[in-house]
Amino acid sequence: MVETAQLSSDAGGINDRVREAISSGKRPTRTILSSLLAVHDELGYLPDEAIRETAAIFDTTINEVWGVASFYTNFRFTPPGRHVVEVCWGPTCHLAGAPALIDSIQHMLRLSGEGDTEDGGVSLKYNTCLGACAQPPVLSIDHHLVGRLTADSAARAVSRVLDGA
Amino acid sequence: MPTYQELKAEADSRWMALVSEKPWIRVGAAMCGQAAGALETLAALKSRLTARGIDANLDAVGCLGLCFAEPIVDILLPGGSRLLFSNAGPDAARRIIDSYVAEGRIPDGNVLGYLGSPVDGAPDLTSLPGMRLQKRIALRNAGHVAPGDAYQYLANGGYSALRRALSVMKPADVIQAVIDSGLRGRGGAAFSTGIKWSFLVRSPGPPKYILCNCEEGDPGAFNDKGILESDPHMLLEGMSLAGYATGATNGIVFIRHGHDGPIDRTEKAIEQAYDLGLLGDDILNTGWSFDVEVSLTGESYVSGEETALMDAVEGKRAMPRFRPPFPAQVGVWGKPTNINNVKTLSYAPSIIADGSESFSEIGVNKSTGTAIICLSGHIRRPGLYEVPMGMTLGEVVNDIGGGVPGGKKLKMLQTGGPLGGLLGAESLNIRLDFDEMRQAGAILGSGGIIVADEDTCAVDMTRVLVAFCQYESCGKCFPCRMGMEHLLEIIERIARFESRPGDAELMRSVGETMEGASLCGHGQLGFGPIRSAFQHFEEDFRMHIDERRCPTGSCLRPALEIRNTRPYAVDFTPAAMPEPAGAANV
Ligand SMILES: Cc1cc2nc3c(=O)[nH]c(=O)nc-3n(C[C@H](O)[C@H](O)[C@H](O)COP(=O)(O)O)c2cc1C
Ligand code: FES
Repeated sequence: MVETAQLSSDAGGINDRVREAISSGKRPTRTILSSLLAVHDELGYLPDEAIRETAAIFDTTINEVWGVASFYTNFRFTPPGRHVVEVCWGPTCHLAGAPALIDSIQHMLRLSGEGDTEDGGVSLKYNTCLGACAQPPVLSIDHHLVGRLTADSAARAVSRVLDGA
Repeated sequence: MPTYQELKAEADSRWMALVSEKPWIRVGAAMCGQAAGALETLAALKSRLTARGIDANLDAVGCLGLCFAEPIVDILLPGGSRLLFSNAGPDAARRIIDSYVAEGRIPDGNVLGYLGSPVDGAPDLTSLPGMRLQKRIALRNAGHVAPGDAYQYLANGGYSALRRALSVMKPADVIQAVIDSGLRGRGGAAFSTGIKWSFLVRSPGPPKYILCNCEEGDPGAFNDKGILESDPHMLLEGMSLAGYATGATNGIVFIRHGHDGPIDRTEKAIEQAYDLGLLGDDILNTGWSFDVEVSLTGESYVSGEETALMDAVEGKRAMPRFRPPFPAQVGVWGKPTNINNVKTLSYAPSIIADGSESFSEIGVNKSTGTAIICLSGHIRRPGLYEVPMGMTLGEVVNDIGGGVPGGKKLKMLQTGGPLGGLLGAESLNIRLDFDEMRQAGAILGSGGIIVADEDTCAVDMTRVLVAFCQYESCGKCFPCRMGMEHLLEIIERIARFESRPGDAELMRSVGETMEGASLCGHGQLGFGPIRSAFQHFEEDFRMHIDERRCPTGSCLRPALEIRNTRPYAVDFTPAAMPEPAGAANV
């Protein structure tokens, strides 16, 4: 059967931050998913502690919480880079040149897929549709949408943010 | 709490002040506007106004629908007409302030059109093809009112339907009006909305729920988010009407996490509606009560499927449930529930305020009212357009959208989201009609129409759609989980010119199994893109399979590694945490 969750002793403040995010986020956290979203908004990722705490709060198993966390593709489980860049590969953006745009960003960041740059500057993530399909191709930098890009202007937009950091 | 008359009087006087006292500057700042730079434009306008000491109202509004012209700056000078400027980046924005707002002089360039009495040197906005052929019902306020301001909505006739329903209509009258309007669900299945509502009436409560579905994970569709960003009060009023008609006590607006514009604006509208007595207890002093809140989902396309959606609201993995029991009996938290799409619910206020005929007289056959179309791809004027049902795809693409740019020919249309189909250029005379589109092997679905020109490879396009469907399979039922995986493998083989004999038949047999045996629409419709692509673009497939070449060269580029295996819960040990969903693997 399944393990029972326990409140672990605080490992360097992370438990407190997790608890804080769940208990005083700006939206109610009545469910496992909403609690995980609140932690993710706050920390940018779900640490192990978030899984444990959520299990404890909802009096359920770690497996149950992990099941939810692993299902939704927006969650990540390690701290993100300083900037999060999401590139759209949806069909409209694809037609408008997303493949070349993604290539050029990956080339600049020395990445070959999704993931984090070595220096921790950028986390690159693929997105199925950023919701601005009328301005393709689209990417978002730290949740800020940028559209009507070319391979070059996209790389420039990302490097501007990196330089400003 | 104020009465409706008091609210309306206050709204009218605020509106009068807004349009007559000082310049009112509106900037379209929905997600499409933001991607075109609307936030930078807003910032430039603000600082220029301050620098020049000009006192003006500056509002970030929603989407006028003319996304191709964004960022759009829309200026009303006291006592004048509205003048709209297109492609107004920060430099243009400053010029507009300097010459038009400060001196009443129309600057060169960027003029899109006027609204109201004619302005010299500018075209009438309503005469532009993108506007003239539209019939705006659910989008009638989009781009005109500040989305978070209930008073602006009230001043434009908002909440008059709710008042009418609560004061002179019985719940059954509301349902009958919706049935008579012929309204069918805009979320994909096109089921009669009035009849769906009547199922909930018979279920016991409280509590009973009205769930509004704004998952909208379909790439190429942004109309639900567009409504929430442009006019969230219309949706709230529609939900209240559904609640009143069905005896529901609670409404939940279900939105995908990460779409901050729609989420923030909806939350703000809800807060304001509570403050004004338009939600909560004793609404408009009638004794009737209804609560609405926002619920967020993580990224999962299938969470838009109505039963999976209920699991997501309950905070679980979003996987479809078996039916029966149907949501109207056992829904969210085990309670009776009605689920509708954002567009569906947003039509209700007009139907109740203007009468069912105002809706049923528009359209064709059993598809009444309007279609809210997201036009994107290789098209001159991409945008968000509301057009009468019955309009042909050709009129949408050519007359409204301006056709394919660059002198190229149209090759295909992708309609109804990734589960919809691909159509060829010969399909332009098909009408926007749920049933006619379905017969043609496409669906109207969420209203997305993606246009592709002659330089597009049908295999490449199909591969992207299938990659999406594989990536988003929730994994609950075997036919969809394994079927999508196999279909993607085969289509990738074809795209790499490595197809094997019998691949086409294999795809058909996998696809037909999925159609018959999958638990929800995702698997049941997942073969649609391939089937329709084969039907309309056989030549492209033949070239990849027999001649081992791609007509446009797009398949020479290696495909992105996108595969998702949503893992089943496994024993959790921190050291050996499994690869998360979304990681590129395989
Ligand atoms: C895989 C899948 C995804 C869906 N996604 C959505 C969605 O994002 N929004 C939506 O309104 N309906 C979606 N639907 C349809 C819903 O199941 C449901 O039919 C709809 O919300 C009912 O609303 P309506 O009667 O107003 O159309 C989806 C269906 C399937 C099978
Ligand atoms: S397809 Fe790229 S933003 Fe929608």
